[in-house]
Amino acid sequence: MSRGKRSVLGAALVFVAMLAAPAFAQKSTADSINQYRALLADGNPAELWEAKGEALWKQKRGPKNASLEACDLGKGPGVAKGAFVELPRYFADTGKVQDLESRLLSCLQTLQGFDAAAVAATPFGRGEQVHLEALVAFVSAESRGLKFKLPQAHAEERKMLEVGRRLFFFRGGPYDFSCASCHGEDGKRIRLQDLPNLTKNPGDGVGFAAWPAYRVSSGELWGMQRRLNDCFRQQRFPYPGYASDVTVALSVYMGVKSEGAASIAPSIKR
Amino acid sequence: MSDPMRIRAQVQGSGAVVRVLMSHEMETGLRKDAAGKTVPAWHITEVTAALNGTPVLTAWWGTAIAKNPFTQFTIKGAKSGDKISISWTDNRGDKRTDEVAVA
Repeated sequence: MSRGKRSVLGAALVFVAMLAAPAFAQKSTADSINQYRALLADGNPAELWEAKGEALWKQKRGPKNASLEACDLGKGPGVAKGAFVELPRYFADTGKVQDLESRLLSCLQTLQGFDAAAVAATPFGRGEQVHLEALVAFVSAESRGLKFKLPQAHAEERKMLEVGRRLFFFRGGPYDFSCASCHGEDGKRIRLQDLPNLTKNPGDGVGFAAWPAYRVSSGELWGMQRRLNDCFRQQRFPYPGYASDVTVALSVYMGVKSEGAASIAPSIKR
Repeated sequence: MSDPMRIRAQVQGSGAVVRVLMSHEMETGLRKDAAGKTVPAWHITEVTAALNGTPVLTAWWGTAIAKNPFTQFTIKGAKSGDKISISWTDNRGDKRTDEVAVA
């Protein structure tokens, strides 16, 4: 299949197209899963979103024809580096504790003139939500390797932590499920998926520190909002609403518990 | 309008390892949408690589290749500063070429 042999220089040696999972030999399940993950991690397509997000950050868009370079993510206007590992945090201008996605929504509205409520109501993967995914990938990538340290100095931030903790343990729905049902103990898994214990720091690049992520199964980049939305679906809870206080409070709880964990976002998931 | 590829080329031994990430839907033509209509096939059909303008690799791709495909290969004799360009063509006739210098 390679016509490259004509080349003076002697052409390609190895040619790998990512096709399918490797053959599973006689190994422990965890070993095989780790091998599969390592194969996927090289060439994480999340990089494509990062590049797109970086361009979007600088591009003049929206009714006000402005870029996001004046957007304050908590480290000052336009500073993306290090912002992600300190979110969610309290913002004085909006008077709310905001995560990355709800903060970007505020910037989209105040700087670029988009209608934040309309963007929040847009289904994932459509319209302006596509741009948000890319921005989330870019901003989180700017904090790759940094350790989570959410501020807890403001009363609102401490209130959101307590709200998040109660939500995490709140049981309900037809399955009588809470977040803690699956994520409150060590060593649990659903089929091949290890379930991180989110009531404590599960380690570098695990749990809260692994999102946003590229999902191989759907070929999409998921932010924490989409991750949480799907957790609610799996619990048969009502849809919490994009950038709602419920999702932010849960992020505060998981983020505070993950203090000291290094972020690998945007990572790659099965 | 297609999104740019991410190409990395690094000297390793007497050649260079090239890693390419392409942005493409790679629809097989076998899926149906929510309305039950077939989603038409849309995938890369040919990938070529050139070193300083000389073709070194050609590959014909089909529906079995994943969405946002990743590809890796080694070019013998490539040196630091050499230009590597990657091109793809899809079944709609869309083309994209991106170039990078070997680091």
